[in-house]
Amino acid sequence: MSEVTETKKPAGKKRFELSESLKAYKGIWVFIEHERGVIHTVSLELLGEGRKLADQLGVELAGVVMGTPGETTRSFCHEAFFHGADLCYLVEDPLLTDYRNEPFTKGLTDLVNKYQPEIMLLGASTLGRDLAGSVATTLKTGLTADCTELNVDLDARSLLATRPTFGGSLLCTIQTLNYRPQMATVRPRVMPMPERDASRTGRIVEDSLGMVESAIITKVLEFIPDEMQDKPQLPFADIIVSGGRGMKKPENFKLIWDLANMLGAEVGATRPVVQAGWVDLERQVGQSGKTVRPKLYIAAGISGAIQHRVGMDASDVIIAINNDPNAPIFDFAHYGIVGNAMTLLPALTEAFKVHLAVARKAG
Amino acid sequence: MHIVVCIKQVPDSAQIRVHPVTNTIMRQGVPAIVNPYDLFALEEALRLKDEYGGRVTVLTMGPPMAEAALRKAISYGADDAILVTDRAFAGSDTLATSCALAAAIGQIHKDMPVDLVFTGKQTIDGDTAQVGPGIAKRLDMQLLTYVSKVRSVDLDKHEILVERRSEGGVQLLKTSTPSLITVLEGTNEMRFATMANMFRASRYPVKVWNREQAGIEDVTKVGLKGSPTVVSKVFAPTLRAVKAEIIQCENNEPKDLAVTLLAKMFTKFPKIEQEIAKRAA
Amino acid sequence: MAEKFDVIVVGAGPSGNSAALKLAEAGLSVLQIERGESPGSKNVQGAILYSDALEKLIPDFRDDAPLERHVIEQRMWVLDDDSFVGTHYRSDSFNKEPYNRYTMIRSQFDKWFSERVQKAGALLICETTVSNLLLDGNRVVGIQTDREGGEIYADAVILADGVNSLLAKKAGFHPELEPKNVALAVKEIHFMPQELIEQRFNVKDDEGVVIEMVGKITKGMMGTGFLYTNRESVTIGVGCMLSDFKKQKITPFELLEQMKEHPSIKPLIQGGEMKEYTAHLIPEGGYKAMPDLYGEGWMIVGDAGMFVNAVHREGSNLAMTTGMHAANTLIELNAEGLPFSKANLKRYKAKLDESFVMKDMKKYKNMPDVFHTNPQFFNDYPELISNAARTMLTVDGVDKKTKERQIGKSFRQRRSIFGMVKDTFKLWRAFE
Ligand SMILES: Cc1cc2nc3c(=O)[nH]c(=O)nc-3n(C[C@H](O)[C@H](O)[C@H](O)COP(=O)(O)OP(=O)(O)OC[C@H]3O[C@@H](n4cnc5c(N)ncnc54)[C@H](O)[C@@H]3O)c2cc1C
Ligand SMILES: Cc1cc2nc3c(=O)[nH]c(=O)nc-3n(C[C@H](O)[C@H](O)[C@H](O)COP(=O)(O)OP(=O)(O)OC[C@H]3O[C@@H](n4cnc5c(N)ncnc54)[C@H](O)[C@@H]3O)c2cc1C
Ligand SMILES: Nc1ncnc2c1ncn2[C@@H]1O[C@H](COP(=O)(O)O)[C@@H](O)[C@H]1O
Repeated sequence: MSEVTETKKPAGKKRFELSESLKAYKGIWVFIEHERGVIHTVSLELLGEGRKLADQLGVELAGVVMGTPGETTRSFCHEAFFHGADLCYLVEDPLLTDYRNEPFTKGLTDLVNKYQPEIMLLGASTLGRDLAGSVATTLKTGLTADCTELNVDLDARSLLATRPTFGGSLLCTIQTLNYRPQMATVRPRVMPMPERDASRTGRIVEDSLGMVESAIITKVLEFIPDEMQDKPQLPFADIIVSGGRGMKKPENFKLIWDLANMLGAEVGATRPVVQAGWVDLERQVGQSGKTVRPKLYIAAGISGAIQHRVGMDASDVIIAINNDPNAPIFDFAHYGIVGNAMTLLPALTEAFKVHLAVARKAG
Repeated sequence: MHIVVCIKQVPDSAQIRVHPVTNTIMRQGVPAIVNPYDLFALEEALRLKDEYGGRVTVLTMGPPMAEAALRKAISYGADDAILVTDRAFAGSDTLATSCALAAAIGQIHKDMPVDLVFTGKQTIDGDTAQVGPGIAKRLDMQLLTYVSKVRSVDLDKHEILVERRSEGGVQLLKTSTPSLITVLEGTNEMRFATMANMFRASRYPVKVWNREQAGIEDVTKVGLKGSPTVVSKVFAPTLRAVKAEIIQCENNEPKDLAVTLLAKMFTKFPKIEQEIAKRAA
Repeated sequence: MAEKFDVIVVGAGPSGNSAALKLAEAGLSVLQIERGESPGSKNVQGAILYSDALEKLIPDFRDDAPLERHVIEQRMWVLDDDSFVGTHYRSDSFNKEPYNRYTMIRSQFDKWFSERVQKAGALLICETTVSNLLLDGNRVVGIQTDREGGEIYADAVILADGVNSLLAKKAGFHPELEPKNVALAVKEIHFMPQELIEQRFNVKDDEGVVIEMVGKITKGMMGTGFLYTNRESVTIGVGCMLSDFKKQKITPFELLEQMKEHPSIKPLIQGGEMKEYTAHLIPEGGYKAMPDLYGEGWMIVGDAGMFVNAVHREGSNLAMTTGMHAANTLIELNAEGLPFSKANLKRYKAKLDESFVMKDMKKYKNMPDVFHTNPQFFNDYPELISNAARTMLTVDGVDKKTKERQIGKSFRQRRSIFGMVKDTFKLWRAFE
């Protein structure tokens, strides 16, 4: 969807009847994304979500694994089973070694046409967005990007895909009624990671790509990996200490670092702070930054704007420090302290330090 | 070389407000801007034109006021501008939008063959990054998304070499034209328009095409009818039922507040205490 | 090849738009240069529009101008720390069309105005700053913009570039603005549902309210506060002389923050969401501070020429009227085949002298000085008046006569009788 016009009438009010030919579409698929031998965690998160939808609809959950022939590619099928898949469609071909739009679009489109899933989910990563957009257009079906919540309307067997709209100030629910499959992408870390159950197994359905290299126009000449400097791993951090514009000066951000270093935590920030250049872009939490789900999120001098909130709402425990008792962040934090972050942060650092020392002695 | 750049006029989302009572969007006074991501695409196209010669045509689908976005593109140095506008397009989703734009590019191609189509990475209102891939598939063009740099163009061999951002690194890709490139942000900086181009932009007669002129015969492929996705509900995010427990103590000394907070939190959420304890080890 | 026009207008505010509209309608080739992204983009504030001046330019403006509410009630408040004494004037006669005053949002209004100007045939170029005037001897022959290839020529240049006209200053037409001649105003727009505004201000449909405020809110500085109702927002602001801000060591932002906390004001804006904060200068030096208004090939209109009536908070109407007269002068000369020389442009001044513009400017010429040298108007009196009202209205068993005596005494303690008489006289003289 691109235009959310307010004139659009709610679609689901009248009883909706799916056309006969589309009733044959059954089952939920999750595209299992992997590059250079590593599975993308967003695919596993999607399996968790797909499992729920499949159980509600009473259908099977399938993973789709496409890659170069070999044990590694095959192992991703098992990884999919461990995370909830009942079966996996596997396409192995040397042409699928590096990601390229053409062979992957063809491979996935062919699978869909042959096995007819009703819902297909992909990660909203660079690969996922590239592939999803191409496949949806080729299949002439609907695709909803960057969903934050997925549900199903059991009557219409319709996917209810919820995503932010209007710069994040509102949410909208989008349906793809008389088209199949219903496609959606979800950003990494938006959905919780399901438990891994290594005892689970499933069926592997193999298929072939049916393409030759000479038919593919785009060639990968080289892959230049990013330098492995220690990039912050915000999305997977267990504790995050974040600062906002309320920290006032870049120098004051040291107080955030002090607390984070003491806790072995990652440092996060709001967009204005990133734009002011106090910390780098990798640390931005929110709609146009990273989605995080730590066990503890400490927010200092952050107002709690919706665009920030959507990136950290799923934290287990949120502590907010803000000198404005009416700041929106207190509406969704678990604990709040109303006061000056410049004095409260050092106090908090000290309190944690004492606690750590005690824990160390005890343990 | 002929490059078509697709640009979109969008409301400056930073200035959008939601009506506190009715939860509807208050558009009044929200300025319309060129989708910031599209400016990177336009600048990249202009650079290629500077280097290899040729023409840059900007294309948008939108309401009549979207003309302003095209005029802006002309001021930066685009040669031609086409506005595709028709009531039939109202309510288009990305599939329908890509249909209309692909058809229009087909028409442009008839006048002067198109070598490259550029789009932005995504829009700030739709935010889907789907329109670019959609156009490419409809026109059966090579699709190169998230391109950070066009390294070289070989006009004789119809070959281009680009750097594409992918997970964990950069792919160096070779492909042939015509192809569609979605340009990554931050790859360049938009130039400052010259006075002569400012004059040209204010006087330029933007070409306005309706549905037929854009080459779309089938009405059911565009607008609401051509859109598989339907917005069934727009709503404000619900607040968590329970608001934050505000920590207070007698004198509200920072030290006491901090200690009180930890005590309360560790009692209610022992898992957090364990997490901290793990770090002590 | 450099471009050449009959007239270049610098600025697309009310004065520049008025001038460009008239000129284009008369068939002259007009180029208008505006530094903002679009006309009004730097001017977000809500403001009062006086119909009369605009009507002369665009008689049918009510058909499509973006107007917010027509004003049916004017309140004048004198505030001390926790109360106010005020007058409300509300009349149903203000509800009869055509309305006389409207609230409007400048960004939208300026854009609308500019569209009219462009339809009339003027060429507008935005996001371009005029950095210099091109001179041939002492004759202005064009402008230089900040863009590559930025020289553009014209037979006349109208400086409509607002307060603090850098161009006029650079060209030596205009001395440096003195802090005592400019007010710094800050404004905020607070979003509020229409129903809430109507309920809070006791209005319906498109009716609107203006509140002018003086007193302790300006901390003894020369200035006023104001609040207007727009359709779905409330504009609130305060302006004081730049020189006073310097002395008082308070920032305009802090001043507005404190004003918003005043117990009489806070409930009016509570629950609103702040949408925009802007600061802008207002030239308040009055008649005595006016620069030369014309010369060889150039004229100054609007704020750039100090055309603001600070007492009555009028500016945009003076801007439009001066813009119109400047244009009319050029149109006449053009028709008569006369050059735009200094000697011929004298007609501009003559037109202004005849209109309400100069008459009002002269009438209030002493006002700035009176207020500058007499801080008691902004400091002592508001408190005294407010105390007086409180004393009279508090029912506490003290008889009214005694109360009157107490009030009289309190006034005399702060300002001698002689002082008060003198103050009254000063004000009367200044207003006269
Ligand atoms: C399309 C779009 C995308 C966006 N994406 C993101 C995103 O990804 N991430 C993001 O964060 N934002 C994003 N934003 C911006 C977002 O809307 C907010 O503007 C931003 O989150 C506000 O950051 P902040 O809380 O640091 O600043 P502010 O809103 O200015 O809040 C500062 C807070 O600090 C408090 N404070 C001040 N002084 C002190 C003190 N001494 N002690 C304690 N507290 C103090 C204040 O009371 C205030 O609540 C986006 C906006 C748009 C339109
Ligand atoms: C807070 C406040 C409240 C006010 N309230 C009212 C009110 O209620 N009613 C009323 O009638 N008046 C009011 N006024 C006064 C009124 O706003 C001004 O008198 C009026 O805007 C003057 O119009 P102008 O065209 O001369 O100048 P401006 O409106 O200032 O326009 C000047 C234009 O020139 C452009 N410009 C400047 N320099 C250059 C350059 N070098 N190159 C290119 N462009 C340039 C600027 O961007 C601007 O758009 C108020 C003023 C303020 C600050
Ligand atoms: N209506 C439109 N007109 C022209 N180009 C568009 C339009 N919508 C989207 N695009 C292009 O497609 C890109 C991706 O848009 P989106 O899929 O909406 O995120 C944008 O950056 C534009 O270059």
